[in-house]
Amino acid sequence: MDRYVCNICGYVYDPIEGDADNDVVPGTAFDDLPDNWECPVCGASKDDFTKEE
Amino acid sequence: MEPIEIAKGIYNVGAVDWNIRDFHGYSTHNGTTYNAFLIVDEKIVLIDTVKKPFFDQLIENISRIVDPRKIDYVISNHTEMDHSGGLPRVMHRIGEDKPIYCSKIGEKNLAKHFSQKWNYQAVENGGTLSLGRRTLQFLETRMLHWPDSMFTYLVEDKILFSSDGFGQHYAGPEKFDDQVGDAIMIHAKKYFANILLLYSANVLKLMETVNEFGLEFNMICPDHGIIWRKDPKKILDAYVEWSQQKSGQKVLVVYDTMWNSTEQMAEKIAEGVSREGVEVRPMNLRHCHRSDVMTEVMDARAVVIGSPTLNNNVFPTVSDFLTYMKGLKPKNKIGAVFGSYGWSGEAAGVIKSELEGMKFTMIDPGLKIQYVPDQEGNEACIEFGRKIGKAVKT
Ligand SMILES: [Fe+2]
Ligand SMILES: [Fe+2]
Ligand SMILES: [Zn+2]
Repeated sequence: MDRYVCNICGYVYDPIEGDADNDVVPGTAFDDLPDNWECPVCGASKDDFTKEE
Repeated sequence: MEPIEIAKGIYNVGAVDWNIRDFHGYSTHNGTTYNAFLIVDEKIVLIDTVKKPFFDQLIENISRIVDPRKIDYVISNHTEMDHSGGLPRVMHRIGEDKPIYCSKIGEKNLAKHFSQKWNYQAVENGGTLSLGRRTLQFLETRMLHWPDSMFTYLVEDKILFSSDGFGQHYAGPEKFDDQVGDAIMIHAKKYFANILLLYSANVLKLMETVNEFGLEFNMICPDHGIIWRKDPKKILDAYVEWSQQKSGQKVLVVYDTMWNSTEQMAEKIAEGVSREGVEVRPMNLRHCHRSDVMTEVMDARAVVIGSPTLNNNVFPTVSDFLTYMKGLKPKNKIGAVFGSYGWSGEAAGVIKSELEGMKFTMIDPGLKIQYVPDQEGNEACIEFGRKIGKAVKT
């Protein structure tokens, strides 16, 4: 599963870890995050993320 | 500085740093201020503190209004140490058990700056705190300037305490926008270009929230520089404009030089741009501070970068500037590169790939001239300048 980087603040969404701040359980792929999910650091939307190279 | 009553029962109790000239790599030709605000209501609240060495000024100012021990609450809008550095001594003075209101991330970040186990009260976005007759409301403003940043809004008075937002590094006799006039805008612009430009998307989002909630501002009080009381809309509009990064017809020629050949090229390129009737400004990085150059980059349509080749590489001042500009993520720029060289001439190519990495639209492979430009070289530079000028006009 791919990791995604926030273009605004540099936070990395790692599907292995999920995102506890937004109640996303470990093992959730980036694509499976809800559309209204926001970066836990800066509040950016999903569109502001780029797949990690 | 003496405390200034900015509205009934509301005071700026912050400090003036007249002599700072380098604010973490940002040139502060006029010094700066660390504004902190005291609201005296049924409850007494202090919004933000000052940089550590200015604690004495802060506490003296507070003491002229109330006994500091009477402060009931502290608000920390932002963890950065120009606003939190005074916190340990403030808390020691007013009582270590007094609540500190901050964002959720603020609580985490403050705990990573200070070992004291303070009484943190993390607030929700939109949460309120009653002071008796008046109400404070908190607005999360992540990345403006750090993840912890928030604004505090005094609901009844419609006064916004905006932390770094809408600030300017400016220390002067004037304390309000109506006293300083338009001369303050260049300082506000420099602040935006060097601190907030990379968070333009967050600024635009914030403006949407402000409109959605129908928030109105009688006064905007940043933690640096003057307070916007006559025309807060002016700085709000400027922030929208700067965030949109719609540049005017302006070309910036940024360079350094060893034996004046790259400088000569810069001047001829500028001449070519001018011949197309386009505004141009050459800036030599040995004389112009990176933060002043960045201010000009913000509203330039094209940024042309020149460097001599030094030991098969880019000149160090130019690398410094490229690193700095890259971090601030300017958008919608046209780019071009040039430089004089002796035998190998790598500099222009290195800069070109850097600018491509920043998503600049490169309009030319770059102009390189060996040693000193001759008549033909000068003409090539003028042509190069005209090409840039034309690209900016289309
Ligand atoms: Fe800051
Ligand atoms: Fe600041
Ligand atoms: Zn982010």
